[in-house]
Amino acid sequence: MQFIKKYPKAFQWLFLLVIFFALCFAIEVPETYKFIRGQAEFVKDPNQSFYVFLGKEVRYYAFDVFWRLPPLLGWLPIWINDSLFFLMNEWLPMEFWNSDTQTYKTRPLVLQVTREITSIMTFLIELIREILLGGLKTIVAFTSWDWVGSNSWAKMPGLPWTVVAAGSAILAYKLSGKGLAIFAGLVMVYISIFGQWKPSMQTLSFILVAAPLSFVFGLGFGIAAYKSKRVEKALYPILLVMQTMPQYAVLVPALVLFGVGDHAAVIITMIVAVPPMILLTLLGLRAVPPEVIEAGRMSGCNNWQLMFKVLIPTARRDILIGVNQVIMVCFSMAVISAFIGAKGLGFNLLLALNQLNIGLALEAGLCISLIAILLDKMSLAWANKQVDYFGNLTFFERNKNAIFFGVTVLIGIVLAYLGSFFFKQGFNYLFEVPHNKGISTADFWNKGVDWIFDTFFVYIKAFNTWLIVEVLQPMRALYLRMPAVATLVLVVGAGYLIGGIRSALVVCGLTLFIALSPWWDRALVTTYMATFGVIVSCIIGFTVGTLSFQNKHSANFMLGVCDIFQTFPSFVYLIPVMMLFGITDTSVLIAVIVYATIPATRYTIEGLRSVPTALHDAATMSGVNKFQRLTKIEFPLAFPHMMLGLNQTIVFALFMVIIGAFIGTEDLGQYILKALSDKNGAGIGLTLGICVAFIGLIFDNLIRTWVGQRKKHLGID
Amino acid sequence: MKKGNMPLIIGVVVIVVIGLVFFMQGGDKTAKKSGDSSAPIVIPTHNWSSQIVMAYVIGGIFESMGNNVSYVNADSQAVYESIRIGDVTISHEVWESAFGKSFDTARDKGGLLDWGDHEARTLEDMGYPNWVVEKGLCPGLPDWTALKNPDCAKNFTTPDSPDGKGRMLEGPQTWHGDLIPQRVDALGLGDLWWVKFAGSADALWAELAAAEKEGRGTIIFNWTPNFTDGAGFTFIDFPPYTAGCRPADGGDGKCGSPDGYLKKAVHEDFPNTHPAAAAAFKKMSFSTSQIGAMAALVDVDKMTHEDAAKKWLADNESVWKAFTK
Repeated sequence: MQFIKKYPKAFQWLFLLVIFFALCFAIEVPETYKFIRGQAEFVKDPNQSFYVFLGKEVRYYAFDVFWRLPPLLGWLPIWINDSLFFLMNEWLPMEFWNSDTQTYKTRPLVLQVTREITSIMTFLIELIREILLGGLKTIVAFTSWDWVGSNSWAKMPGLPWTVVAAGSAILAYKLSGKGLAIFAGLVMVYISIFGQWKPSMQTLSFILVAAPLSFVFGLGFGIAAYKSKRVEKALYPILLVMQTMPQYAVLVPALVLFGVGDHAAVIITMIVAVPPMILLTLLGLRAVPPEVIEAGRMSGCNNWQLMFKVLIPTARRDILIGVNQVIMVCFSMAVISAFIGAKGLGFNLLLALNQLNIGLALEAGLCISLIAILLDKMSLAWANKQVDYFGNLTFFERNKNAIFFGVTVLIGIVLAYLGSFFFKQGFNYLFEVPHNKGISTADFWNKGVDWIFDTFFVYIKAFNTWLIVEVLQPMRALYLRMPAVATLVLVVGAGYLIGGIRSALVVCGLTLFIALSPWWDRALVTTYMATFGVIVSCIIGFTVGTLSFQNKHSANFMLGVCDIFQTFPSFVYLIPVMMLFGITDTSVLIAVIVYATIPATRYTIEGLRSVPTALHDAATMSGVNKFQRLTKIEFPLAFPHMMLGLNQTIVFALFMVIIGAFIGTEDLGQYILKALSDKNGAGIGLTLGICVAFIGLIFDNLIRTWVGQRKKHLGID
Repeated sequence: MKKGNMPLIIGVVVIVVIGLVFFMQGGDKTAKKSGDSSAPIVIPTHNWSSQIVMAYVIGGIFESMGNNVSYVNADSQAVYESIRIGDVTISHEVWESAFGKSFDTARDKGGLLDWGDHEARTLEDMGYPNWVVEKGLCPGLPDWTALKNPDCAKNFTTPDSPDGKGRMLEGPQTWHGDLIPQRVDALGLGDLWWVKFAGSADALWAELAAAEKEGRGTIIFNWTPNFTDGAGFTFIDFPPYTAGCRPADGGDGKCGSPDGYLKKAVHEDFPNTHPAAAAAFKKMSFSTSQIGAMAALVDVDKMTHEDAAKKWLADNESVWKAFTK
């Protein structure tokens, strides 16, 4: 009794676990139960049960409801699909003039509207692309193909790479100073001499369209949500789901609505990049002190002036961090958007991987990382730059950067022109280093992978066999052995114990959605892989983070490494891992761990940093040693922050488990991948994406609630 | 220069430019040559070498006829819907067993036309790299009955094999569903073999490369024409395919894959907008060895796809010139 009174929470958790295990043992595995084949929608089997809802037939294998719930939501993906198809192909057909065939053609309204949007997007992308690389399409947009064909002078010349490189260095200098300018110049030179100029600029051109558009939409929705509680309430759940949804799942509906090509890539990138922008705008505007608003009102601002002259400049920092997030997300989509037709680095990377040319893929991936980090640093420098209101500068001082840039353009063009006489083989290196004529280190990397393979293969194989036989297979079997009811009880119980009835209800709803979808078994496999990945990542991340925190320089170095790995396309390490560990769960999990360790490490370092220095000093004065300080003061105080890191680790792990489908998994990811190439996949892809998002949200809800309470308890925040 | 002159100068320049533009456009209408529209022909590129090189080869042929061409990366299944809607103009590699279904659905919905077959025939089935037989890992192959030998199956086990069964690596489950597992069960091989689904074509090639390095046996899903043709790859002789033998068509599943077509498809407006190009495309037909040669320029000689296409066009002028006449 004494014990229960002393630790009521511990007792409650124990009780929950007892019920959970009791349920697990009480409910037998049905004899007919078989993984995966259980939901095989490929064959019609007389043993299947079926029901019809909204005219959609859903087939499934029925089990004891305690073991597996029937897929009562099985009609949802089919319904989404049919609705989308109806919208795109049948709803409101109208006559549209087709200038190619010179006839009227009947097209459904939505199809026509989306194609109009795509043509605007395509125009913008081609405009930027042709400023950077040269081409015809922009002029064609104003005239016609016939006209361009008969006037061979009419084309965009494109900027020589020297001009773009110098321009970015000057911009970096203006924003931050010498250091960043040198970095910018080096990045551009690297891209150019490694022959990645053209694909890099192609990638950049669609990002330069996607990022500003995401900014505008994000800011707009953010302001709307700030102004109206109703808008905020409507947006909030969508934003939450979007943040944990794997980007793949959005690809499929975007493909149906907007077709393939760079424009579709812009749209999909916007869908992913707008939510963080909205959240940060809202956060920034909320944080504006009422005194500032009062001051604005007193000076006689109208609503418009108040928003754009007072509120937004005050919230500038948060909004610019939003811009920074937008840029990072855009680059993280560079490879994924290649699946729906974006040209550039992402596509080259996938092609190189298809030929198992790891070195080439690595170089393309590094370019993505470098440009992303460059733009990231530039936008942060912009965010931190103070406007100099008092400087009394001459015309030259104010405009020297612009003048420098003008001079560079001239020099660059002259150089490129001279170059055209100098390089006779048809490649003007001063204009653009062609794709395959630059330096390449691909052979070095490929040999490196071969060497690792030849040297360590025996050990790797032994380790792999042990891990699969002793750890992974049993763990997977355990997860699949859980009856649905037991899982529900466990999750809802945890929700109740952590956040009370409200949390319990939210978590229950999310879990039920997955349980009632046709993919519960697959969701369990996803969860098993994510759990394993998260546990290992957290152990590594917390250890590495704590160790590198002991020294200021090593901490900064570690954060830099995190930056690179976070922007580096994860696809690149799928192939070497596959070669070394085979087409097995180990390969997937290694990729997961590499990716998910990033947030775990980052948040550990930042959490430990957030401990106030005053407390440090107080501790040192009371005579604790370094270890005591770490365990008694820093860890408990940094713990809430580190738990947010856990939250991110889970999201990253889930995302990578889904990408793991490219190696070969039997989880939700494989079906998302399937939906990508299935013309009826839009609804399936979206529903699967929501399932994955909900797995993330269950943990998100529990962790956030717990962190909130803990912070209150510790008196921080 | 006085400041006041600026608007005047700009005005004059603008007027001259506009005048020029109108003049040019006027001259242009009479100068139209062939019957083909000069709007670009949109050719899709997928993620395997032969297809991309052939896209650039066909694009090069169209360009030699005075047409404009543009390329778009597209998913190999979704592309038929894109052609149907008109986002993409043609497709030059429609594989019967992989894309036949998507192709038929799109054609039946309207908007996509069947534009004839290539000379090359296609086969997609389980097979093994030749060193498997050279090392004597499974005597009796390529006849499928060799798989009934437990000593053979033993050489193909992997750590994750249930009960130490031999592993066959199928393509993604999305390609043919449960066809191969059903076949394995129907042929009575289920006690010795199990089927693992790889996640992508990349995974298949990684497995092939890793198996070669390690010198172990592997049975994977593959197809021809493919870049593996040159390196030595043999398909297993399963009982021959007959119409309706697959479980999905009500059969018992005891059969291999059919010998399939390699088709071309076009958007329905293509023959109207580009009659000359459409006629040439109808005549185009490549053989297995020609397609293999295109892929080998990239996969073996490590050229870029564009360069490979240029080289192929330069070396085989007599082949493709015939299509344009």
